[in-house]
Amino acid sequence: MDKMPRWADIALIPLLNLAIAFALSGLVILAIGENPIEAVKMMVTGTLGSTYGWGYMLYYTTNFIFTGLAVSIAFQAAMFNIGGEGQAAIGGLGVALVCLYIPFPHWSVALLFAMAGAAVFGALWAAIPAYLQAKRGSHIVITTIMFNFIAASLLNYLLVNVMRPKGSMDPASARFPEATRLPTFQDMFSTADNVLFRGTPANVTFFIALIACVLVYFLMWRSRLGYEIRAFGKSPSASVFAGISPFKITMIAMLISGGLSGMMSINNTMGEGERLIMNSIEGAGFIGIAVALMGRNHPFGVLLAALLFGFLYQGGAELAFSMNIPRELVTVIQAFVIMFTGALDNMVRTPVERMFIRAAKRRES
Amino acid sequence: MDFLTILQILDSAVRLATPLLLACLAGLFSERAGIFDIGLEGKILASAFFSAGVAALTGSVWLGMFAGLGASLVFSAIHGLASITFRGNQLISGVALNFFASGITVLVGQAWFSLGGRTPSLEGAERFRPIELPLSEAIMPVPFAGPLYHDLISGHTLLVYVALLAVPASWWLLYRTRFGLRLRAVGENPAAVDTAGISVIKMRYAAMGIAGLLCGLAGVYLATGLAAGFVKEMSAGRGYIALAALIFAKWRPWQALGATMLFGLLEAIANRYQSIDLGSFVIPVQFMQALPYILTVLILAGFGGKAVGPRAGGEPYVKER
Repeated sequence: MDKMPRWADIALIPLLNLAIAFALSGLVILAIGENPIEAVKMMVTGTLGSTYGWGYMLYYTTNFIFTGLAVSIAFQAAMFNIGGEGQAAIGGLGVALVCLYIPFPHWSVALLFAMAGAAVFGALWAAIPAYLQAKRGSHIVITTIMFNFIAASLLNYLLVNVMRPKGSMDPASARFPEATRLPTFQDMFSTADNVLFRGTPANVTFFIALIACVLVYFLMWRSRLGYEIRAFGKSPSASVFAGISPFKITMIAMLISGGLSGMMSINNTMGEGERLIMNSIEGAGFIGIAVALMGRNHPFGVLLAALLFGFLYQGGAELAFSMNIPRELVTVIQAFVIMFTGALDNMVRTPVERMFIRAAKRRES
Repeated sequence: MDFLTILQILDSAVRLATPLLLACLAGLFSERAGIFDIGLEGKILASAFFSAGVAALTGSVWLGMFAGLGASLVFSAIHGLASITFRGNQLISGVALNFFASGITVLVGQAWFSLGGRTPSLEGAERFRPIELPLSEAIMPVPFAGPLYHDLISGHTLLVYVALLAVPASWWLLYRTRFGLRLRAVGENPAAVDTAGISVIKMRYAAMGIAGLLCGLAGVYLATGLAAGFVKEMSAGRGYIALAALIFAKWRPWQALGATMLFGLLEAIANRYQSIDLGSFVIPVQFMQALPYILTVLILAGFGGKAVGPRAGGEPYVKER
């Protein structure tokens, strides 16, 4: 045996990586003079202890599922789409245009059109870097970073100069019509004498995100196209030999990736904000990177990782509220997770692999 | 637009270009040695915080500077560990370091000063002061050259001049020394360098060290020269603009000076004018802000000469057994 067992690869290594990341985060909390155990307790009770906490956590989770799936599909085609932030922002523009300028009879119709608007706009914003990578060899990481900034400037221009209602000082679009309001968890799960999820932004988009996980699973592991994308990602030269067009795969993978990033905006723009505002993405596009790495690029892994980050986000807000620990703690944890599950993966993997091989040899002899 | 206004804009362009130039040269050393460094942003931010924080605590900008350089070097070392020793993905390591910087600066800032992630405003010896070059008052009355010398060339802080001198120094080091030749070779064909008996690992760590120092200076200048103290996220994408300038300059030092000065000028114009009225149409300020990124995309796409980076960029080196 020269490999470690499958369970070690998909469960043990990620858990070890995560344990290191959390241990270091604990040390950071100690270093700034707070108690890490108190902090964990506070995060758990503040998030899982009430439907209020759950409502926020699942709202964040919804965002991270979309951006995590987006990054994971690009990763599988051997591309690092760091532009989720910009694609989601432009997706928000698509949502806003659909919601503001088409009169809808019912939210369900509005949701379908908004999904299409978000996906198309997000995909278009990813299409330019994808085309430049496929045809002109420009590095997709750099172009997608540049497109994040260009998207921010474009939205800034549109919100200040074009979409801002007359007389308003806010750089934001007009409020969407009442008919486009998505049902929240409060609307869906509360009864007359028992209000659940009161005032939380979690909404029907969460279920769309779950469906997206299932669809991505079937696309990537049960379809010919998914096989081609994964083959291309594993070995571009071999897949060209097998008749797979690099241009086609690059474009399709990035279009799907950008479309998924864009769809995040039905959650935050249509579901929560009910108007398009500046900086509505708040870094969710980047968290998608951590989510995809931790979820090992598998939709089920992405779902679990998105839940974890949703928990961390809501827990972080609780900490900032009741202990002297700023919200930025979550950014530090996120950095550790990306570092240890992504860049420093070999630090854990190599010794563990050696251990398994040694144990197997001993058993044989 | 009169002469004085032009001078003021150019003066502010030089100030704004300085952190970009230092970070761009940092990226130059790192990428020329084959290590992608999108962690420039994080290094600038960490160095800006620790320089301003330590300067505020000790009252000395010099101690602050050493703290800033130290922070940036630690970041470089972690990036080196991940991408050279453990052969991890360099881009992912850079992204992680950027997040780490943006989180840890606020956490430590809050623990030290309880000002919501800011440092107190720096005063007196806690900052780098402008240096009046000799004779700048004396030749002020001379038309044209006087104000040019007094307003534009004289009156910057030490680090501005250091940044400008770093350009010829980098050129000399990269193109006129054995070390520079080896460093560039490590980024193009590490196997050949290895065959010649030179350690690829050591060369790459050396490049990361230089990058750490230069990027550290960028952060120190930002918090103690350009501004008077640290505020949350004060690097504001400068690390990415420096990266853009590096591509724009096609990984060469003199061109890096030109590219960062151009981007500094764009920022200075965007700061001064809300929008530029050209009579028939108006250029919105947001377009000026996006221009460095648009130009970089165009250059990357091969309009105006092809931008091709060092050949072994981003690839961890695996010694053959």
